[in-house]
Formats: sequence, C-alpha cells, structure tokens
Amino acid sequence: MQNPAIEYDYTVARWFSYLAILFGILGMGIGVWIAFELAFPELNYVAGQYSLFSRLRPLHTNIVAYGFTLSGIWATWYYVGQRVLKVSMAESKFLMFVGKLHFWLYFLGTLAAVVSLLLRYTTSKEYAQFEWPFDIVVVLIWVLWGISIFGLIGIRREKTLYISMWYYIATFLGVAMLYLFNNMEVPTFLITGMGDPLHSVSMYAGTNDAMVQWWFGHNAVAFVFTVPIIAMIYYFLPKESGQPVYSYKLSLLSFWGLMFVYLWAGGHHLIYSTVPDWMQTMGSIFSVILILPSWGSALNMLLTMKGEWGQLKENPLIKFMVLASTFYMLATLEGPIQSIKSVNALAHFTDWIPGHVHDGTLGWVGFMIIAAIMHMAPRFFKREIYSRKLLEIQFWLQTTGIVLYFSSMWIAGITQGMMWRAVDQYGNLAYSFIDTVTVLHPYYTLRAIGGLFYLTGTFMWAYNFFKTMTASRAIEKEPQFASPMAA
Amino acid sequence: MFSWLERNPFFFAVGVFIVIAFAGLIEIVPDFAQQSRPVAGAKPYTLLQLAGRQVYIKESCNACHSQLIRPFKSETDRYGMYSLNGEYAYDRPFLWGSKRTGPDLHRVGNYRTSDWHANHFWDPPAIVPGSIMPAYRHLYKNVTDLETAYAEALTVKKVFNVPYDKDIDGDGKVDVPLGTFEQAKKQALQDALKVAEETKRKDLVDMVKQGKIPEVVALIAYLNRLK
Repeated sequence: MQNPAIEYDYTVARWFSYLAILFGILGMGIGVWIAFELAFPELNYVAGQYSLFSRLRPLHTNIVAYGFTLSGIWATWYYVGQRVLKVSMAESKFLMFVGKLHFWLYFLGTLAAVVSLLLRYTTSKEYAQFEWPFDIVVVLIWVLWGISIFGLIGIRREKTLYISMWYYIATFLGVAMLYLFNNMEVPTFLITGMGDPLHSVSMYAGTNDAMVQWWFGHNAVAFVFTVPIIAMIYYFLPKESGQPVYSYKLSLLSFWGLMFVYLWAGGHHLIYSTVPDWMQTMGSIFSVILILPSWGSALNMLLTMKGEWGQLKENPLIKFMVLASTFYMLATLEGPIQSIKSVNALAHFTDWIPGHVHDGTLGWVGFMIIAAIMHMAPRFFKREIYSRKLLEIQFWLQTTGIVLYFSSMWIAGITQGMMWRAVDQYGNLAYSFIDTVTVLHPYYTLRAIGGLFYLTGTFMWAYNFFKTMTASRAIEKEPQFASPMAA
Repeated sequence: MFSWLERNPFFFAVGVFIVIAFAGLIEIVPDFAQQSRPVAGAKPYTLLQLAGRQVYIKESCNACHSQLIRPFKSETDRYGMYSLNGEYAYDRPFLWGSKRTGPDLHRVGNYRTSDWHANHFWDPPAIVPGSIMPAYRHLYKNVTDLETAYAEALTVKKVFNVPYDKDIDGDGKVDVPLGTFEQAKKQALQDALKVAEETKRKDLVDMVKQGKIPEVVALIAYLNRLK
C-alpha cells in the first residue's frame, strides 16, 4: 500500500485458481459418487472395475488433497507471496519461469499420477499411494516451489516476514520432510531387472511402517490441510474486512506452539495397535495439548472481527472465512476428543473418523479456498464479483451439506462402534458384522445427500468465478479491502 | 528473538525445521530395531501368497478392511487372538487399514475357506445378504503377475535379508524356498492348483493347468495365509 508503483503479476496465481476449481469439482464429484456407492452398492458397476469403491476412494482423497487443496494453496501463494514481500513476479524472469514450470509440472504430474491410481498402481499407504516415479515428480515440484519461495524472499522489499509467510515456509519444510521419509521405497525392477518397472517395496516393515506412515499421515493433514490454510486466513480475512490482526503475540504463540506440538500427535492413529504403549500415550496427550495452538489461531481470527460483526451480514466472503475459522475450532476439538484412549477404542475404524476429517476439509479447507479465490478474482480480472446472491446461496447450501455430513457420520460411527462391542446377557457378541453394516444405510444416504449439496455449491462457485472473469462489470482500480460484488 | 527470526528467513527456516523434526526422532527412532523382529516361527510369504498380497494392494482392499485386531474381548471374540507386533515383520507395506467398512481380515484364514472366497468375490450379497461389498469378477480373468511378485521377493531377500531359502525353525529343512524364477514359478503353479481345486470352480482349475494363475486364486492363497 505504501508503494502503489508495484504492479503485481497474477498469471501463475490465476492458473492455479482454475486448477483448484477443476480439481475441486473432479475430487468432490468422485467423493459424492462413492458416498452413494456405499448406500447403493449397484452403483459400483457403472464403469466396470474402474468404478469400484476401492478403486475410486484413493482417487477421491488424492484429488481433493493434492489436486484441489494444493492448487488452492499455490494460487494463494503466487498472490500473497508477492504482496506481503512487496515484490512483483514480473521483476524476475527467472522466478516467473520457475512459477510457470511449477504449474505445468504439477498439472501434468498430477494427471499422470491419477491415471496410475486408476490403473491399480498404488503403494497402499494412505495419502502416499503414488508409486516411486511419481514420488520423484512430486519432489521436483516441491523443489520448484521452494525455489519460488526463497527466490522471492531473496529479492523482497519488505524485510520482515508477515505471519502468512511463516506458515508457507513451514508448509514447504514440513511436507518435504514427511513426504521424503514416508515414501522411502525400493524399486524392485532396479534391484532384480524383472517385473513391473513401476513396482516398489517399502523400506520399512510392519509396525515400523505403520509408525512412519501415521507420523506422515497425520502431519500431512497438518501441513496440507492446516498450516497453509492458516497462511491464507491470516492474509485474506484482515484484507477483506479491513481489520488489523487482533494479536501479534497470539499469532506467535499459535505458530510456534503448532509447529512443536503437531508432529507428536501422529501416534493417536495407532492407539491399541502394536506400537509401543508410551508412544500411543504421547500421541493421545499431545493431541489434547494441540487444542491450544489451534484455538489460538482460530480465536485470533475471530477476534480480528471484533466490533465489525456487521460485516458478517453484508459480505458473504466474510461469512465463509468466519465459518471456516469456526469449523477449524470444531475439528480441532473433535480430534483431541477422539484421541482420548477410551473414546478412540470406540471411534477408531468407524465412520466417525471420515466425519471428523470432513469437518476440517469441507468446513475449514474448502471454505477458505473458496473465499480466497473469490477475493482474488476481482483483482485478477479487474471486474467485480458476478453475483453476491449466488455466493450467499452457495454458502447456505454448503453449510447445510456439511451439517448433514457430520451429523450423519457421528451417528453412524457411534452406532457402529457400540454395536461391535455390544454383548447379550450371556456375554456373547450381540451382533454379527453384517448387522452393523446394514444399519448404516440411512446415514450413508444422508451423508451422500450432504455431499451432493456441497458439490452443487462448488459448481455455483465455478460458475460465479467464470462469470466474474467473462461477464462482470469492470472496475477502474484494484479494490483495497472488501471485494466489490454485484447484487 | 522472534522478531529477529522474522527478518532472517534462513534462520527462521532452520528454527522451524528443528522444531518439527524433533518429535519424529523421539517417537520413531528408539524402538525401531525392536519392532522389526519377527515372532518365533514367522515365515515370509510364498511367491503365490506374495502375488496375492499384491492383488490385495492393487485393488485397495485396505480401503475397507483392517488387519489389526485390538486387545479387547469384543474383538478377540469376533476375529481371534489380538495382533502381535512380530507377526507383521515381513509386511512391506503394512496393511492395517484405517476403516472397517467391512470386517477385519487379520485372521480370516482361520474361519473362511477357498470355496467360500471364490463364491464371495463373485457375488458378495449372495453369500452375505445385505453386504455392500462389490463383486470382483475381473480377478477371475486377470492373470497373476508372478514376475513382479518374484522381483519383490528377491528384492526383500537381497536388501532386507528376508529369510527365503533358509532354515528358519532349525529342523534342517528350507522353510520357504524361492530359488530361481523358474523354480519359484513351478512351485507357485503347484500351490495355485491346490487352491483352485479347493474353490471347486472348473474355470479356475483349467486356467492354472494352462500355466496362468487367475488373480483371485493368488488372492485367496494370501487370505488363507492370514491366521
């Protein structure tokens, strides 16, 4: 703001925004589809073996995590990075080239990896299913992003790193460490010269493999679904509302607290498994402590709106962001509760777990990316947002969808957990396993409908974005705070 | 200190890295060696079982089935003895799963038979009314990729010293022979024929006799091994 002479270049940010929308529709579409498959199993056969639940489920998780979310993260990085460092991408041909290369390698790499999953190439590890050649591509993509971050930092004008930058740097480092160690695998073809060249075998066996996987799995959630999303909200909420961040000290406490505590919590995925008991207990305790830094960030954001709650009524983007913060609080309270050993004994392996994940991903990650991209759209295209009304309807539709999703999964999970352990008066198991499956049909149906609501909202978002780009009224200069929108 | 770090990105990044790397080191490293020890008498997978395990992974069976029996009476009543650390010593990757949309399979070999599986994979709701598991009929036609399974067995033998071609229990005999690919393939075909005959499906037996093992046969051999 002090330096209006800088013309930021949004090319790469724009490209990643298109991709976020594309992967969002694809990933969520598959998600809704497989949700209906659980309620109506005949749907498994519409495309032969390629539409079986087990084939599509990894596709759903990978496309929403590594397609939709990463695209959203990078769309905002290539926008926020320039602005908080007060330097334009256009000032460096090299960084511009790196940014574009980053985009294309990511786009083509992700497509190839997704096709490989469809063709049954998988390592089986959740969120790390890609076989080894794709892992190498992921590393290259990550290195390019690193060059982009530290390159831009190298030529920055604003010497002090803004809070969002802390979180982007942490995302870069965290995912790099986790991904490398969890994907240590030996390509069997390179050792023996036989068999499928894409096949590999894990470097770790059994319980060790499980420990490394959930150290990764839980913290991939940390560094893909949490840390970079906090980077977004620290930039976009103050910007859209025109309010300064409530407390610097709180942001400091939350950041360093989150960095230190999060990594310990992975053990809560392995409670009552064969990993050492002390590690299970550590996972459980640190998960509860994790409430502090998580709520620290969320409260810092909510308090940023102090005295300005009126904006919640007028501006749907503020609605999305405030509710994102609230869902973040819900998810980060629910997670620690599920990590308590006695609760975990009931909740583990049930539908309560996907229910919990979707509180975070739909409510927090999804809403934040939607809001961020709609905030950027008027700046990308020098046009006002096409329709406020559409955003409003989208907001309420998606919120209803999330509520349907998590309430049905709460009931389903607790029902199933209780039925697995129920005994009759003689101490024999009261239900056979299939009883605990058939009873879930109404909840599976409800969940799928909730997902359909959310997906419909995503289509409305895509339409609104497209119309903003092509048919909305032009604005003269870049808006400073609240995004202009037509009724 | 913090405001200094915020102006010095390199040291900031180093600081963040130390703080995040700390937990992993303390949680994972101390028990690493102990955890990889097999229980007494544990044997590596035969070539056919390993090929079946690859089918299990390829079809992402672990998306809906766990292989981890927790130490609760309700679980041991339903699935059998709770799982032990050393039983997983030859599992690369581990297949514990995280969701039981279907039941646990860690000891499914104790209470299901080859013909039960062969009927079940063909049409699950016909065997378990109300089941939401889809049929896996393409496994009856797909031919098992023994070569990749052999490559995996040879790799773990070479790189991780998995005891193929060794006397594990000290009775003077080799417990799980691997040998050359030709030897291993011959053994796998023999094993497969036995499983195929147990399924009582002529089409599966015929395919094995022609030297082609249907994927479902390898998968059943793997499931029978889970005890």
